[in-house]
Amino acid sequence: MDARAGVRLLDPPRAPVIASEAQLRALLASLSGVDAAGAEARAAKLATRSIKTSSKRAALDMIISMIDLTTLEGADTPERVASLCDKARRPDARDASVPSVAAVCVYADLVGTARARLAGSTVAVAAVATAFPSGRASRRVKLLDVEDAVAAGADEIDMVIDRGAFLSGRLGEVFEEIVAVKEACQHAHLKVILETGELVTYDNVRRASWLAMLAGADFIKTSTGKVGVSATLPVALVLLEAVRDFAESTGRLVGVKVAGGIRSAKDAMRYLVVVNETAGSLWLSPTLFRFGASSLLNDVLMQRLRQVRGAYVRPQEFSAD
Amino acid sequence: MSERVGVAKTYKLVLNGAFVRSESGRVYEVLDHAGRFWANVAEASRKDVRDAVVAARAAQARWWSLSAYNRAQVIFRLAEMAEARRDELAEHVQRAEGRDAPAARECVARGIDRIVWYAGWADKLAQVLGGANAVAGPFFNFSLPTPSGVVAVICAQDSSFEAFVDAALAPLCAGNAVVALASEARPTPGLLLGEMSVTSDLPGGVLNVLSGRVGSVGASLASHEDVDGIDLDGAGDRAGELSVLAAGSIKRVRQPGTDFAANSTARLRSFVETATVWHTVGR
Repeated sequence: MDARAGVRLLDPPRAPVIASEAQLRALLASLSGVDAAGAEARAAKLATRSIKTSSKRAALDMIISMIDLTTLEGADTPERVASLCDKARRPDARDASVPSVAAVCVYADLVGTARARLAGSTVAVAAVATAFPSGRASRRVKLLDVEDAVAAGADEIDMVIDRGAFLSGRLGEVFEEIVAVKEACQHAHLKVILETGELVTYDNVRRASWLAMLAGADFIKTSTGKVGVSATLPVALVLLEAVRDFAESTGRLVGVKVAGGIRSAKDAMRYLVVVNETAGSLWLSPTLFRFGASSLLNDVLMQRLRQVRGAYVRPQEFSAD
Repeated sequence: MSERVGVAKTYKLVLNGAFVRSESGRVYEVLDHAGRFWANVAEASRKDVRDAVVAARAAQARWWSLSAYNRAQVIFRLAEMAEARRDELAEHVQRAEGRDAPAARECVARGIDRIVWYAGWADKLAQVLGGANAVAGPFFNFSLPTPSGVVAVICAQDSSFEAFVDAALAPLCAGNAVVALASEARPTPGLLLGEMSVTSDLPGGVLNVLSGRVGSVGASLASHEDVDGIDLDGAGDRAGELSVLAAGSIKRVRQPGTDFAANSTARLRSFVETATVWHTVGR
């Protein structure tokens, strides 16, 4: 492994306590800028790594175990969510050696359905909350949204940050909101969606990552999947550098979730390479790295079955959801 | 004036409406009938096969959603494109097959005429292969020819252009998308026709032309579960082995040596599935 990729953890952890907006601002301003051309070149370079045979087999299973199987449509029904849950628990009905996915990700009102259907499995229930995907609602409504989802049995909450406030420099407001949501989450894990496609620059992505981690995020997540630009490799690289640096300076491990537009096993494997080479192998685990995806699972299953059968398989082998 | 240095063309694969090098980066040398160097062509790998099938699958739905009349126009447009490049095609046929110039020109002319013939069939197949069936009850009962889907074609090894036209155009005409493996030793006329198809309004991915080894590319095509039919025209003594691979996913297989009389519709029937529709008789 790359010598730079290992993290040296502080023991005991000591995260800075943010007492004022001025302190937060100063801390974020002290972060160095991102070398955009360098990040893109490094991501492109890592994307050329080729992973074959038994490593590929292991990577495919790892990807499955890291998937947050997601359905976030207005047309979702309890039946659709139930069938998605069955698929999450056992992705390939014919093959018990395929691992379960990490979680099922739904809107808050369908958490109850998912919770009941997943009883007795290792699959977690994640809910998007805080007026997903725009985040345009009052603080009170957002917190109620979160409390609702947690009460219905959500293990993980995916919140969106207020991009408008972040971009206009009201950092304290964004910070406080994350702190408040974290409190409303109680035992549930909090994933903070930065919506990197709307943050314009990599520097903003790095600052937003640190802001979210300082405010208590358990995961930082790239995108909602509802805007034009979703997860990209360079953005994932910036997030992974942020969690690595945060871990080194505070001792707290924060996870990364990439979401939106990752449809093929090949793409997903590229992310795994970037994870390993940036944050290190510690992050190659569903507790610290996730894929938010829906169609990705079928492509991974297809590649897996191809390895078993030795011939390319047809997409109809697997249910649409 | 000094002698010009030759500008040799490396032929690429025709995949999803674009010209691409093989994913493997490999090329192989094509010799003319007299054993002299003629061209470099891309050597398709199994990943190129995979990409071609994905492209064909997506394109087939678009191709079949066009009206039959429109499909006829598009195929006719391909004949127009080929007509404009007759001399170039004739030169390739001449070098590949060792015919004399007039014979090569005649061969190309016959091939282009065949394209026109297939264009004509595109909107007449349903009438000829389908029909209204008499049934015992107050129902209309129709049989309609529908395409098999994605059809792989191992093109003839000896006839580089004429046989290619028949093998690729017959399934295309019936609404299938085609992944054609051109003659291994004489691939350039087929690749040229593939190039022309890109400028003839054919939606990208409907006709994909690969060049490569019958052994490896043929095996990938035959075993691919998302290929609905395979024409083993040029598979030679590998036909048996490829048929076994094709059986794994119960494909429709057309065996080599199935000679058809000219102007027979038999070839058009090779990759057609009959859908039967019942409808109540109303007033």
